[in-house]
Amino acid sequence: MNIAFTLNGKPQELTISPNEKLTEALRRLGVYSVKTGCNEGACGSCVVNVNGRAVKSCLMYAAQVDGGCVETVEFIGSLDNPHPIQSALVEEGAVQCGFCMGGLIMSAKAVFDKNPSPTDEELAIHLDGHLCRCTGYEKIQSALRKVSSGAAS
Amino acid sequence: MKKNFNVVNKSVRKIDSLSLITGKPMFVGDLKPADALVVKMLWSPHAHARIVSLDASAAEKMPGVHAVLHHGNVPRVLHTTAGQGFPEPSPYDSVMFDNKVRHVGDRVAAVAAETAEQAAAALKAIKVVYEELPAVMSIEDAMKPGAPIIHDEPDAHAAIPVPYEPERNLAARVAMDVGDLEAGLKASDVVLDREYYTDYAQHCPIEPHVAMAQIAVDGRIVITTSTQVPFHVRRIVAQVLQIPVRRIRVIKPRIGGGFGAKQEVLLESVVALFALRTGRAVYWKYTREEEFVSSRTRHPEKMRVRVGAGKDGKIRAIGLDCISNSGAYGAHALTVVCNSGSKILPLYRSDIIHFVGESVYTNLPVGGAYRGYGATQSSFAIDCHMDELAEQLGMDSLEFRRINTVRSGETSPVFRALGEGKAGVEQSVGSCELERCMKLGAKEIGWKRRGRWQDKTGRFRRGIGMAALMQGSSIPEIDMGAVSLKINDDGSFNMLMGATDIGTGSDTVLAQIAAETLGCDLDKLIVYSSDTDMTPFDVGAYASSTTYLTGMAVKNTAEKVVKQMKDVAAAMMECSAKDISLSDNKAHGPGGRSVTFSEIALRALYGTDQFQIGAISSAISHKSPSPFSAHFAEVEVDTQTGKVSVLRYVAAVDCGTAINPKLSEGQTEGGVLNGISYALTEEYRFSPKGRMLNSSFLHYKIMTMRDKPEIKTILVPSYEKTGPYGAKSVSEICINGPMPSIANAIYNAVGVRMRSSPFTPERVWRAMKEQGRI
Ligand code: FES
Ligand code: FES
Repeated sequence: MNIAFTLNGKPQELTISPNEKLTEALRRLGVYSVKTGCNEGACGSCVVNVNGRAVKSCLMYAAQVDGGCVETVEFIGSLDNPHPIQSALVEEGAVQCGFCMGGLIMSAKAVFDKNPSPTDEELAIHLDGHLCRCTGYEKIQSALRKVSSGAAS
Repeated sequence: MKKNFNVVNKSVRKIDSLSLITGKPMFVGDLKPADALVVKMLWSPHAHARIVSLDASAAEKMPGVHAVLHHGNVPRVLHTTAGQGFPEPSPYDSVMFDNKVRHVGDRVAAVAAETAEQAAAALKAIKVVYEELPAVMSIEDAMKPGAPIIHDEPDAHAAIPVPYEPERNLAARVAMDVGDLEAGLKASDVVLDREYYTDYAQHCPIEPHVAMAQIAVDGRIVITTSTQVPFHVRRIVAQVLQIPVRRIRVIKPRIGGGFGAKQEVLLESVVALFALRTGRAVYWKYTREEEFVSSRTRHPEKMRVRVGAGKDGKIRAIGLDCISNSGAYGAHALTVVCNSGSKILPLYRSDIIHFVGESVYTNLPVGGAYRGYGATQSSFAIDCHMDELAEQLGMDSLEFRRINTVRSGETSPVFRALGEGKAGVEQSVGSCELERCMKLGAKEIGWKRRGRWQDKTGRFRRGIGMAALMQGSSIPEIDMGAVSLKINDDGSFNMLMGATDIGTGSDTVLAQIAAETLGCDLDKLIVYSSDTDMTPFDVGAYASSTTYLTGMAVKNTAEKVVKQMKDVAAAMMECSAKDISLSDNKAHGPGGRSVTFSEIALRALYGTDQFQIGAISSAISHKSPSPFSAHFAEVEVDTQTGKVSVLRYVAAVDCGTAINPKLSEGQTEGGVLNGISYALTEEYRFSPKGRMLNSSFLHYKIMTMRDKPEIKTILVPSYEKTGPYGAKSVSEICINGPMPSIANAIYNAVGVRMRSSPFTPERVWRAMKEQGRI
């Protein structure tokens, strides 16, 4: 079947099989920031934003984004012009292996898009679906705290 | 002793971090060609069985299938999957495919097909007849006379002269005695004899194992793999496939965490053989379930600790007897259990020391290298034991540790007695700020307010506990790391090194050491690591070696380059090289004159007496200096449910000079939370027939941001003279603290000693109930 959606700001058409997961479809399109850590909705490394909401793309069929708008971490910032969340994570030394980060950043962005100054507690609740084995979350938390207080640019 | 640094000891940005979080394709899975064949493995459904017959003929003809591998069509080469130096101290008890399976999730046959669906369909068409054998499900069963023999194949053997007795399921044994333990205990005023047990756990890198093999235009095999040990991968794949090392190139791109799990050569031989047989690119990634069952785990260990002390609070004798469960194969069996002794016994001063470490085969998942490497298990036993002993002596346990732990300048017979598969290396403790770690940590957690459990009431009771820790930095006189460095026209440098950054930031830390030595900015270093064709050798990312050992190699190499640059600059400025110093990307000569690194490079490359300014150098270590650490946990126990919550955690660590303080803190925090999960929630549950029942993140609980307490890291500087700019290691020690400090905190809260992990609500509740605390 064919679907059409907006991918990272650009119109995208794609032929998919009905049971193809969104993760696979995006990776087939070269959107490699979308990772698979578990394929069962438990790690968050596959999170992308669909119509402004953070979703686990391993639990979603590609067909479900037909007509919708998908954003991934490639879109929100670049090497020269990173998103404030990305800058804060780098400055705080929060990035270790980075495998978890694409998804985690998209969840955090969905939170900040709704509420520019969430509390630690609110962030922790929204990021509860993300596993990071490297960092102990301490530096991720302090980076997000900076974004929340407006200290990150 | 240089202490005013320009680049070192600064929290510079991790050099790959921005690329990583803007989603650049940097991982094995991102580099896979679209037409790569996909591998699926048929795993054993039985814990212990002989394969009577295996018929893959129907599977081979299935659509999309290009090849099937099984014991009938691969070379039988005994080897170990443990990615260790050669010859490995782990027994040669593995073949690529065997006619026997030894745990649920052991390999039976593999299919390479165009798609994952086709490969999965083909697995179903493989006909296997098994003869089930009685299985061994515990350490105790493995050691019973007449127990089923798991490695009855005649060709299993040890590659080095170490005890190996597969006929009684003994995968490894190591022992040492200094003095007479029994006599020492008799002469002590207080003696404590206890048993402890730590259970299975998995590393849970968020990226599971993944590897890809391609055939290059010259017919060589290029393996791109998520590994901690690219050079060992090359050697072991050559061994298993019986082809020369020169036919193989191994590349490690960025990898999504390792923690020891990827110090194992599991997928690479299979994808390489498939690539050779099909001529196609071949890709294999473990599922999360496979990562739990068919990867590697932390060895469970049963430990008996006996310690005697005098009324003065001084330890007279220490005995530690460890038996580890190696699972179905002996990967890291000897060295992990040996480290249970060698990485903790020197911590407490004693004239009499007894240690026995044994490792036994069972029909359960396979143990392996896991951050902490045996010291994690024994730190739990020893530090809980010391806490209880201090109590029996009527002493504050912090004070007890203060008077009994090792100091700078002291030595321990353990260093000499216990090496890795051979005798150890005599050494004395160099830098050691453990006492200061204990002091600062105690202050931070509020040690004085912890009180006695007897005085605590109410449903929720709080307690504070601690642990003192040590580890090592590299395996002395075994590990080697090498680096090459050359200058470019613009005064930048290519630094090539075998060292393996697995997310830890070693590329950054090593670049900082290079920049410090060269006198240039960090961004002048172009780092490329872990490619066996391009970079010099390194043992890889394990044994807390990279910063310390490869860091020395970087410094050695950069010093050679500095010498060459000074010679060129001296010719340019017509002065003596002795009068030149390098800093700020310039060579400074007498009279305020200077030339830039770029000018030096241009002259050397294009001007007069041209040559490539560059060097290659390496380092080995003659000691394994210990980082030291004191950990403190404050917990709250719900006496109605048994649930333990960690409220606050303090880790004070002496890692020498922290080359990059933020990255050192990050290592500590990550290790601590992993350790807290290990203590409280992580658990392998098995069916009676040895099948893991909770092999998913939904049922095997690792902690999230919401579960974590505030973790406070205190870096306590020291200067290790043998290390680069005073550095020691930091990555492993941190995972050893949570289990003992939480257990000790639980005792301080509710008066029960948890001697078996994990401390689940049910276990804690039962312990309180049985001991009449509730
Ligand atoms: S891969 Fe989607 S949640 Fe883990
Ligand atoms: S940085 Fe490695 S899993 Fe989060």
